[in-house]
Amino acid sequence: MILDLLQTHYNYYAVVVLLGIGLYMLVDSDNLVKKVIGMNIFQTGIFLFFITLAFRAGGNPPVITEGGGPYVSPLPHVLILTAIVVGVSLTAVALALIIRIYSEYGTLDEETLKQLYYD
Amino acid sequence: MIEQLPVLLVVVPIVGGAVPLVASLVSDRAGWPIATLTLAVHTALAGWLAWSVGTGGTIDYAVGDFAIPYGIELVVDGLSAAVVLLISVVALGLLAYARRAGPRSNAFYSQYLLLVTGLSGMAVTGDVFNLYVFLEITGLAAYGLVASGREASAAVAALKYLIIGTVGASLYLLGVGYLLAVTGTLNMADLAGKLAAIGYGSPLVLTAFALMVGGLTVKVALFPLHTWQPDAYANAPDTVSAFISALVSTVAAYALVRVLFSVFTVDFLTAVPVARWTLVGLACVSIVAGSALAVSQTNVQRMLAYSSVSQFGLVVAGFAIATPTAVVGATIHLLGHAVMKGGLFAATGVIERETGASTVGGYAGLGSRVPVGAASFAGLALAMVGVPPAIGFVGKWYIVVGAVRAEIWPVVVVLLASTLLTLAYFAKLVERLYFAEPTIYEGDDDAGAAPVADGGESPVSAGMLAVVVGAAVLAVALVAAVPTLEQTLLETLPPLLDQ
Repeated sequence: MILDLLQTHYNYYAVVVLLGIGLYMLVDSDNLVKKVIGMNIFQTGIFLFFITLAFRAGGNPPVITEGGGPYVSPLPHVLILTAIVVGVSLTAVALALIIRIYSEYGTLDEETLKQLYYD
Repeated sequence: MIEQLPVLLVVVPIVGGAVPLVASLVSDRAGWPIATLTLAVHTALAGWLAWSVGTGGTIDYAVGDFAIPYGIELVVDGLSAAVVLLISVVALGLLAYARRAGPRSNAFYSQYLLLVTGLSGMAVTGDVFNLYVFLEITGLAAYGLVASGREASAAVAALKYLIIGTVGASLYLLGVGYLLAVTGTLNMADLAGKLAAIGYGSPLVLTAFALMVGGLTVKVALFPLHTWQPDAYANAPDTVSAFISALVSTVAAYALVRVLFSVFTVDFLTAVPVARWTLVGLACVSIVAGSALAVSQTNVQRMLAYSSVSQFGLVVAGFAIATPTAVVGATIHLLGHAVMKGGLFAATGVIERETGASTVGGYAGLGSRVPVGAASFAGLALAMVGVPPAIGFVGKWYIVVGAVRAEIWPVVVVLLASTLLTLAYFAKLVERLYFAEPTIYEGDDDAGAAPVADGGESPVSAGMLAVVVGAAVLAVALVAAVPTLEQTLLETLPPLLDQ
């Protein structure tokens, strides 16, 4: 039973593992760049969740040809394309802010930054 | 023309937002006139749309003519029309403030218009994924605007806001994924029907609700999830704090309401009491904790930020009670809070520019030195406490009556207690302004305590004062619009009538 679930739902476990790793890095890492990487991993987990939703056993790519069906669902792919663009923009803004912080405070360590920031 | 209005509300500011960047090739000062022109058109369109919705009922728009459950739908009912009108008016009004106070680069005005695009999009969309996209556009523009402050602490605040805000939006997206998995659709109206057919008890539906509402409460800044807000509001330039405190959380709260009423519907809240009570509980904790934190602040802008945490608790409590009276009250308080809180932040900017005072102690005796700014601040503060005839009173009154009629006594107690706590921190400031002896600035009336702006011009322009006074007047004048709003809401939010 459990072995069965493991074999058929391994993609969902990969999603959960990615979400966990991403959140853990976001919360626990003191390095701001690593926090942003954690944010990316968290988002990637969500992207994979959508992609995995679209899968259909024995489905073909959603390009209509004669007698081509059944197809996998194209909708989640399109949604995730948008979400990836959003994710890239967020990463760019975050890295730009980190450059500004580093040039002003000379550190990327959150603890050091907190001490400088609240003084 | 009329049927294109919803999409024009999104198209106009996004096109207008690209123009200042191009115009920087020619002139460095082109941003302000372009933004004003764009937002004047936007306001006219929003006014026309609100009038059409008020007279003719809900307006639907199928983007690109794709058949509705598959394509993106824009829906404007009474609630969205009121929110869109609020966005336009506040954004246009604050431009008068930004001309002297704000960062003046063309890039700033581009971001400003981008933020208006995101907010308008969130208000008119009828599609849960489209809502996510506009939520992130709003977020991106807001992070950039917060970071546009001169000091580096603004960048730290913006990065904190970005990380927490992204987690909130990502949780919402995960919730959308669950809904897509259960129903195969993203259209709000379609979802409402399909969720009812599937049954509200399904674990997937419950998880989707928890993720979407949890994600949005981060953006609304309810109590345990509010930590980004005080830093962001206090470190941003004055124009930006006034703008985002008035609109960003407000529209996030609107999105929360859309998810509650248009996707999950009141029936879901009735069928799954634990969802409703969790939301009411979170709101009550937010009301009390936000007020308590506000009382303990020394910096006025941080105090106002914590006050928002408490006021949004009030709004969410009203919506979670979900009786027609409470929903009308929560809507009034949502709109009224935007005007009052934006005005308060604008007034703190005026006072700080005139005198350099930014702490509760520093406000002592400033009433006579900054007469217009201080009077408006005091007026808006009293309106926020809920002194009649201000809009703050009307909103709270409806929410309390709604809670009494629904016989939810703990909420009634918390609502009344929150008014006392609000009075505690605002009365302290008003008392300092008018009845305390001036402390640090004594005998130095025009001898340079005030920071002098570049080029020797006065740090406060007539436009800035007009915005502050206008907000104070609007806080009372809005009461006249309450009957119309109530009627439109009751007509166009059909799930409420089923009770």
